Amino acid sequence: MNTKQALYNYCLRLADNNLIAGQRLAEWCSNGPILEEDLAMTNFGLDYLGQAEFHYDYAAELEGKNRSGDDIAFTRSERQYYNCLLLEQPNGDFAQSMMKMFLYSAFAKLFLEALTHSQDERLAALAAKGIKEIKYHFRHSSEWIIRFGNGTEESQQRSQHALNEMWPYTADMFDMNEIDQELISLGIAIDLNNLNASWLLSVNEILNAANLVVIENQHMYKGGYKGNHTEHLGHLLCEMQYLQRAHPGATW
Amino acid sequence: MKTPEEKLNHFNAYIESEEKIEPKDWMPDDYRKTMIRQLSQHAHSEVIGMQPEGNWVLRAPSLRAKKILLAKIQDEGGHGLYLYSAAETLGISRDEMIAQLHSGKAKYSSIFNYPALTWADIGAIGWLVDGAAIVNQISLQRTSYGPYSRAMVRICKEESFHQRQGYEIMTTMMHGTAEQKEMAQDAMNRWWWPSLMMFGPPDNESAHTKQSMQWKIKRESNDVLRQRFIDKTVDQAHFIGLTVPDKNMTFNESTQHWDISAIDWEEFKQVINGNGPCNHKRLSHHIKVHNEGKWVREAALAFSKNQQKNNKILFTNS
Amino acid sequence: MGTTDNQLPLWEVFIQSKSGTPHKHAGSIHASDKNMALENARDIYTRRGEGRNIWVVLSDQIAASKTEDEAEFFDPADDKVYRHPTFYKVPEGVKHM
Repeated sequence: MNTKQALYNYCLRLADNNLIAGQRLAEWCSNGPILEEDLAMTNFGLDYLGQAEFHYDYAAELEGKNRSGDDIAFTRSERQYYNCLLLEQPNGDFAQSMMKMFLYSAFAKLFLEALTHSQDERLAALAAKGIKEIKYHFRHSSEWIIRFGNGTEESQQRSQHALNEMWPYTADMFDMNEIDQELISLGIAIDLNNLNASWLLSVNEILNAANLVVIENQHMYKGGYKGNHTEHLGHLLCEMQYLQRAHPGATW
Repeated sequence: MKTPEEKLNHFNAYIESEEKIEPKDWMPDDYRKTMIRQLSQHAHSEVIGMQPEGNWVLRAPSLRAKKILLAKIQDEGGHGLYLYSAAETLGISRDEMIAQLHSGKAKYSSIFNYPALTWADIGAIGWLVDGAAIVNQISLQRTSYGPYSRAMVRICKEESFHQRQGYEIMTTMMHGTAEQKEMAQDAMNRWWWPSLMMFGPPDNESAHTKQSMQWKIKRESNDVLRQRFIDKTVDQAHFIGLTVPDKNMTFNESTQHWDISAIDWEEFKQVINGNGPCNHKRLSHHIKVHNEGKWVREAALAFSKNQQKNNKILFTNS
Repeated sequence: MGTTDNQLPLWEVFIQSKSGTPHKHAGSIHASDKNMALENARDIYTRRGEGRNIWVVLSDQIAASKTEDEAEFFDPADDKVYRHPTFYKVPEGVKHM
């Protein structure tokens, strides 16, 4: 795999993370626990989709086959998406959705900060654009986690359950392969091993404040960047790609 | 101290001189009741309106379309919020308003009891439904109650892109494949008449209009607003090759207005009274979501009480 | 605050659009603590970048003057900004209120 292909692949990971995150958040439309929160989650969805659009446009350029960002976003099949497993998990209840956002944004804010120093100017610029937003996602979701943990017995139980369910997908966010190694050596990609300790610190601070406990020695699931997904992704793609597949080649 | 009659005269004079009535001003009970009813139903409409569009956001055909639709839905929720906000200044809580919606005591715009069956419906909703709403809302900017008027000014500023979004979808489809054209025309056929009904019954049958006009709650009549919408929209339809589903519609040269066929007010009555295609779905969705969210609201309240009790600052970055 | 399930307390929102200008009343939101109130205010009232700074205040913390009409009366209980039923605490067990 040459550098351009590796970069294309790497860019897809970022794009896919943003798209899947945005799609899951959009599911909360008219389903929020209170109107203000409905709007907050739509807001976050828009943040991710905006980032997705930038990354798919870049990916299309890197691919060099004259395809559009939309073509790349919507016409690949299950094994060709490289988002992390955490983001494709179903929304579940509000606790589970906030837990997903919390665990992911804690990672993403460290990742994007590091990526602003990337030798690839485009990725660096896009990272800089996304940082303010992701910090806000982290603040919003971690505040909810703290409220759940210090709220009612029910909210405590639901958030502990959410943590139990989502934690096994967190190792996947830090997984790397030869594509990472290639791009790290060029100063383009980030060594995710360097982010792990900070991420744990950040996450544990909130979990402790929320009186939530991570179950030890849980089996961790991996494989997102290799296209080895959970069964949830197929259904998400089915719905998301419906019009593009039903009317191939049509302009919308 | 003013007598009740003096108070009423002062109030009426105030309205006559286009002054705004503010929350703490004295107002006749009927004015307060009418305003609460109108504001809360307007707010409910915005929120219920998020449902048919939310139905398609996950299947939007491009990233741009998905983003724009999501932003539109968010705007609508926001508008609902501004309007609930304005209603609360009159002495009713959002809790009560929601309870009234759930019990059927408060209504919402009948238009949202129709289903969004295809992507073209999203175009039709943006173009026709929002288009009709805009005609009404521009008029409402001059309503006599201060908080309502200010909310409407804010809403109108944000509304312009909604109609453009819808029309753009229809235009693109009418320049697309045969299937897209068919889909667009089909959506037009289903949304045209319900959009006209959004302006309410004809003037001579509208029970509330006279008093509403006297108090400058309503600034222009149903028929006037409806005609304004028709004249604007028929041209837009023809421009992109859509047929208005009204065989006997003609352009009246002397009045310079489009004359339409009779509206089926029986359909309107049925839908308003709960027998539309989606009434049950819209309301039961709202009730279900409200109940499912209860634990979250309770947790938030419990948390803030705990914080106050223990005088702890638990948020690390506050 | 009345019933066990409510829409969370009411806050008034004031937005400062540019430095040097005063905060202007924009409307209200519901929230349970000030972090949530600030974030909700931002999400609802500054979606189009209208805000540089936001103030939020619990509605029942605002004291408002009387309108001209009522100037003859001095009624300390009537200094709330709205005639809002949930501002007034009703003892538990009291019905029909």
